[in-house]
Amino acid sequence: MYSTFKRTTAALALGIAMAAPAAADLTGELRIFLDTSNPAPRATMEAMIERFAAQHPGLEIETTVIDREAYKTQIRNFLTADTPDVATWYAANRMKPYVEAGLFEDVSDLWAEPEIAENLASTKGAMTIDGKQWGVPYTYYQWGVYYRKDIFDELGLSEPTTWEEELANCQKIVDSGRACYTIGTKFLWTAGGWFDYLNMRTNGFDFHNQLANGEISWEDDRVKQTFANWKQLIDMGAFIDNHQTYSWQEALPFMVNGEAAAYLMGNFAVAPLREAGLTDDQLDFYQFVSINPDVELAEDAPTDTFHIPANASNKEAAREFLRFVVSADEQTEINNGSNLGQLPVNAQSSVDDDKFLQQGFSMLSSNSPGGVAQFWDRDAPAEMAKVSMEGFQEFMVKPDNADRILAKLERARERIYDN
Amino acid sequence: MTTAADAPEQESWFQRNQQRIAPWLFLAPGLLFFMVYVIIPVFQSFNLSLYEWDGLGAAEYVGMRNYEDLYWEWVDRDAFYISLKNNLIWLILYLLAIPAGLFIALFLNQTVWGIRLYKSLFFFPFVISQVVVGLVFTWFYDPTFGLLNELLGLFGMGPLNVLGDERLVTYGIIVAGLWPQTAYCMILYLTGLNAVDPEQIEAGRLDGAKGLRMLWHIILPQLRPATFIAFVVTIIGALRSFDLISIMTQGGPFGSSRVLAYYMFEVALSEYGFRMGYGAAIAVVLFLIMLCFIAYFLWSMYREERGH
Repeated sequence: MYSTFKRTTAALALGIAMAAPAAADLTGELRIFLDTSNPAPRATMEAMIERFAAQHPGLEIETTVIDREAYKTQIRNFLTADTPDVATWYAANRMKPYVEAGLFEDVSDLWAEPEIAENLASTKGAMTIDGKQWGVPYTYYQWGVYYRKDIFDELGLSEPTTWEEELANCQKIVDSGRACYTIGTKFLWTAGGWFDYLNMRTNGFDFHNQLANGEISWEDDRVKQTFANWKQLIDMGAFIDNHQTYSWQEALPFMVNGEAAAYLMGNFAVAPLREAGLTDDQLDFYQFVSINPDVELAEDAPTDTFHIPANASNKEAAREFLRFVVSADEQTEINNGSNLGQLPVNAQSSVDDDKFLQQGFSMLSSNSPGGVAQFWDRDAPAEMAKVSMEGFQEFMVKPDNADRILAKLERARERIYDN
Repeated sequence: MTTAADAPEQESWFQRNQQRIAPWLFLAPGLLFFMVYVIIPVFQSFNLSLYEWDGLGAAEYVGMRNYEDLYWEWVDRDAFYISLKNNLIWLILYLLAIPAGLFIALFLNQTVWGIRLYKSLFFFPFVISQVVVGLVFTWFYDPTFGLLNELLGLFGMGPLNVLGDERLVTYGIIVAGLWPQTAYCMILYLTGLNAVDPEQIEAGRLDGAKGLRMLWHIILPQLRPATFIAFVVTIIGALRSFDLISIMTQGGPFGSSRVLAYYMFEVALSEYGFRMGYGAAIAVVLFLIMLCFIAYFLWSMYREERGH
C-alpha cells in the first residue's frame, strides 16, 4: 500500500479525485475472486465492479472468475498463497473452517457502522461466528414449494397450509396419475432441503440447529418423528420414481410435462421453468405447510457472501468494496429481475416486481418467526452433511431402512463432533 | 617426454570411472523425477495417514486411529467395505476385456475390402474421452427415456434403473468401462497377431490342428507378450476406475458404487470432506493392493528376462 502512495499523489495531481473526494484515498491493486461463473451472474458482477471502478479511478481492479464447483476446492489454496483482496463464499457453518483457521478477516468494524448495522440486521446472525462478523452478504433467495397452478385448478385444489391439507392434496394428485413432487437426488443436497423443512416444521428451528451442531442424537424420538412424517409422503407415492438418478435440472421436465405437480426448491428454479415454457399463470408458489402447530415457521434462505481474506494486501480498498456491495442502490440493482433475480440484503433496497420474489420477500420478512436457516449442507459441518444427505437419499428410496440409516448417522455424529 | 610420463597421473577420477558412472548419469534425471514424484510421495502418504489434518490448520498425530476407523467401517459394512468389495468386482469383471478383445481381434484379422475402416470403428471407443463414454452410457441407462429400457420394452421386460439400483450400479458402470477397454485389448492383440509366425501355423495345419485347438496350442502361446500387456493395463485400469464413477453416479446411489480411489477423493478432496489423513490411509490400502500386482508383474517380467 505504501509503495503505491506515489500513484495516489499522481491521481490527485490529475484532479480526478476532485470528482469523488471521499474515495480519493483508494489506490493500488484490488484483486477480486468470484465464483459466479454462470453467464448471467457473471455479467451482473462484472457490471457492478465496473461501477465501483468508476468511483475509484485510482484503483487497479483485477477480477478473476472461477468455475463455481472448482472454486469450492481452490479457495483452500488461494486463501493461503497468492491471496486476493476480496472473495465470494457462503454464510454460516460453510465459512467456519476458514474462520477457525484464521483465514478470513474480522469485519465487525464494518458491521458497527450505522449504515450496515441498521440495514443488514436480518442477515447478521448468518455472518456471525464467536460474536464477530466475518464478511457481508450480497444476495439471498427463498425456498418453498413451486407448483403447477393449472394442475391444482384442474383437480380443484388450493394452496395447503397444514399437514392434513397437504396429505389430502397429495392423495388427489397421486390419484390423478401424477406425482406430487419432482426431485432429483443424484447430487444429494435436494434431499437436504426436504429434511430441512420437515425437521424444522416437526421440531422447530432451534431443535434443527442443535441437530446440525451435533447436540442431539439422530436416534432421538423427535428425529424419528420427522422421518415418520417424511415416510407418509414417500409411501403414498408423492415423489417421482428413480429420483436418485437425476440432478435437480433433470427433474425439471417432470414438472414442465405435468407428470409432477410441484417442486420444493430454491427460487433459482423459476428461471429454467419459465424458459421451458411455463407461464406465470401456470406457475405459483406457496410456503411449506406447517406440521406441528406448536413450533414457529422457519425458512431456508441461503445467503451468498463476500469476504476479505486475512492475507489480503489491500484491505482498505476491500472494505470500501464491501460497503459498496451492500449499499441500498447496488443491492436493488444487482438483485433485480434482469440481473441475479434474487432478494436484496439491504432493508432500504427495493425488491423486484417479480411475483415470486415479492412472495418470497414477504414470507421471509413477515412469516418466518422461527428464524432463517442457511441450508442443511451449509448449517451442518461438511462431513456430517455428506453422510446425512446420503442417508436421506437412501431413506427416500428405501423408507423401511430408517432405523438402520439413523443408527449409521448416530455413529457418524459421535465420530465427527468429538474433536 | 616428461609430459608423456606425467599423463597417467593426470587422468582424473571421472576418466578412470567413466564406464561405471555414465549409465548413472543418464539415469539421473529419470531417477530424480521418479523419487520426487513417486517414491517420496508414497512415504509422505504413509506419514500423513497417521495424522488428522483438514488441509488448513495444524496436523494432529493420531497414530493408527485412521486405520482403526477403516477397520470399523469394514466391520459395519460401511463405505470402506463397499468400496473394497466394488474394487474386487471391478478387478474380476474388467478382465473380461481380454477375451473380448482377443475375440474381436481374431475376427478382424482378415483381409477383406475396407477392413481398415472396420478396425478403426472398433478402436473408436478407446479414442474418445472417458467422460464421453460415461455420458453416453448414462443416457443409455436413463430410466425414463434411455435406449436400454426401450429395448427391454420390446421384449416385454420391465423398466430397469441400472444406475439407481444399488445392486446393479457397479455392474452397469463396469459394462461402460469394458467398452473402451475391450478396444484397447483388441488393438494389442491385432499387433500381436501380425507377429504370429505363419510357418508354425502351416506346420500345425499339417498336423491336423484346427479351430480351437489351433488357437489354444499355436496362436495363444505366440500372443503371450500381448496377453501380458493386456493383463497389466486392464488390472491398472480396473484399480483406477475413477472417472466413470465420478461422471455416471458420483459414487451413488447412497454410496453403493464407490471404489477405493473414488472414496479417497471424496473423503480428502471433494466439496464435503477434507480429511487428508483419512484419505491418505485409504490411499495406503489401495497402494498395498496395487503392490501385490506390481510385485507379481515385476517377478514374471524378471523370470521372462532370465528365461531368454
